[in-house]
Amino acid sequence: MTQHTVESIRNGLLRKTFSAVEFTREALAHAERENPKTNAYLLLAPERALKSAELVDEKIAAGHDPGPLAGVPVAVKDVIVTKDLRTTCGSKILANYIPPYNATAIDRIEAAGGIVIGKTNCDEFAMGSSNENSAFGPVRNPVAPDRVPGGSSGGSAAVVAQGTAVVSLGSDTGGSIRQPASFCGVVGVTPTYGRVSRYGLSAFASSLDHIGPFARNVRDAAALLEVIAGRDPLDSTSAAAPVPQYTAHLKAPVKGMKIGVPVEYMKHATGETAARVNEGIESLRALGCEIAEISLPSTDYAIACYYILATAEASSNLARYDGVRYTSRSADSATLSGMYQHSRGEGFGAEVKRRIMLGTYVLSHGYYDAYYLKAQKVRALIARDFTNAFQNVAAIVAPVSPYPAFRIGEKVYDPVAMYLSDIYTITGSLAGIPCMSVPCGTTSDGLPVGLQILCNHFDESKMFRLAAAFESR
Amino acid sequence: MKLTETDVRYVANLANLSLTPDEVARMVTDLGGILEQMDRLAEIDTEGVEPMAQVLFEADDTATLRPDVERAPLGSEAAVANAAVTSGGYFKVPRVIER
Repeated sequence: MTQHTVESIRNGLLRKTFSAVEFTREALAHAERENPKTNAYLLLAPERALKSAELVDEKIAAGHDPGPLAGVPVAVKDVIVTKDLRTTCGSKILANYIPPYNATAIDRIEAAGGIVIGKTNCDEFAMGSSNENSAFGPVRNPVAPDRVPGGSSGGSAAVVAQGTAVVSLGSDTGGSIRQPASFCGVVGVTPTYGRVSRYGLSAFASSLDHIGPFARNVRDAAALLEVIAGRDPLDSTSAAAPVPQYTAHLKAPVKGMKIGVPVEYMKHATGETAARVNEGIESLRALGCEIAEISLPSTDYAIACYYILATAEASSNLARYDGVRYTSRSADSATLSGMYQHSRGEGFGAEVKRRIMLGTYVLSHGYYDAYYLKAQKVRALIARDFTNAFQNVAAIVAPVSPYPAFRIGEKVYDPVAMYLSDIYTITGSLAGIPCMSVPCGTTSDGLPVGLQILCNHFDESKMFRLAAAFESR
Repeated sequence: MKLTETDVRYVANLANLSLTPDEVARMVTDLGGILEQMDRLAEIDTEGVEPMAQVLFEADDTATLRPDVERAPLGSEAAVANAAVTSGGYFKVPRVIER
């Protein structure tokens, strides 16, 4: 189970080595057995999975193409809605929420023959960098069980690393796919903003939210993105640009590709993370890439900018959880305003409350110009840094996180330290460009390090090509 | 500027969020530390820079419009299925207007 790829499953099905139902049963049993080690799955969906598998087997029996993800067990972060399958967003306030519809990405995966086998643990409403903010307990890193898997998509990274899913979906607002991918030693992709429909992704910060894939190799991540990308009338910010066949061009040479290394990132990078990333850069040079030092001068202001915009948007988006339409309601509900306040006070965890408070504060009367408007202008400067850089280089490489996976409990009591650790990932999120983490060796303790690759808007093909060349170095 | 417990209670009220006295005290420290980071933005010159509200791409003015075709709605049964309290197919909330 831990060795299978999208391609090997397809070949197994078409050669009748196994049926989709047999394979799915085995995947479910394996996940059920292994999950207590990590707490990565919040639930498994055997009925739904076996029903999807039967459809794949029927298509094969009838001589039809079973689809590009035929029989592939896909795990889904629990902030992405799945019809009739509980979706909690890692929050107590949605502990019993059963969505009446599927996210567009889910519809596309199932139409492509993919098997949704379960929902994965995450930081509450995707707010966090360690998965310790889940109302359903932390996730253990499969590589080092006393350490966090990263966050917020910690469960989705862990299941792929652990081999209890072949690929998974995560969501990324400021690094929530790339950072856990780097902590768990898997591939994680944040596509261009608008490349994948956000319909059915519970909104955290709408101008920054992305859905993206996790996989054990670049090809599988590219295969999953190919399926979920593309225009969706149900998300007005989804892009109409045609979706290239990413998997078709993975082997094209990268010789002569010009790659930028931002000085502002490397000056902060220390220790074994910096050592591995520098070795990674040397491997790219050995592959024939031309390495150039570049400058992204607004980087130092990215964290402040991000946490103003993301919390402002979150404070508006999370207003919907009010004890009326979806959520649990407080017993202390004598008046309408009391009902709102107590339902939210009892239902949300500490980090979500902190961000709602911050967002409300920066949007409140007298502070709007100094914080929110100022941050939007700084965001424009950060995006301009990248636009300028991509006039001279085809891709940018950088660390993903300043350090590898830390111990459970080590940073949870220091929100400022936790926010500062997002420095390398939030710049790409603010600019809306595609970025990914690809495994880049381990520390002397065996902890995975990720190399981040960033490209210009809609340049995923080039990003995957470089990642694939790096992966087979 | 230093954040006070009064500020925290005022913002919590705007956000419709009940906080325990312990949570209020903790918020004063946590938000204060984070706002200190955020105040650094005052250092950067943004004269003449247009605010960026959204990642925008070149597209026709009508690119975000979908065809005006009828679709079946969710239906009230499904719409209220997750509500804490319902009555006759509607969401039910505590009394707002006194007779």
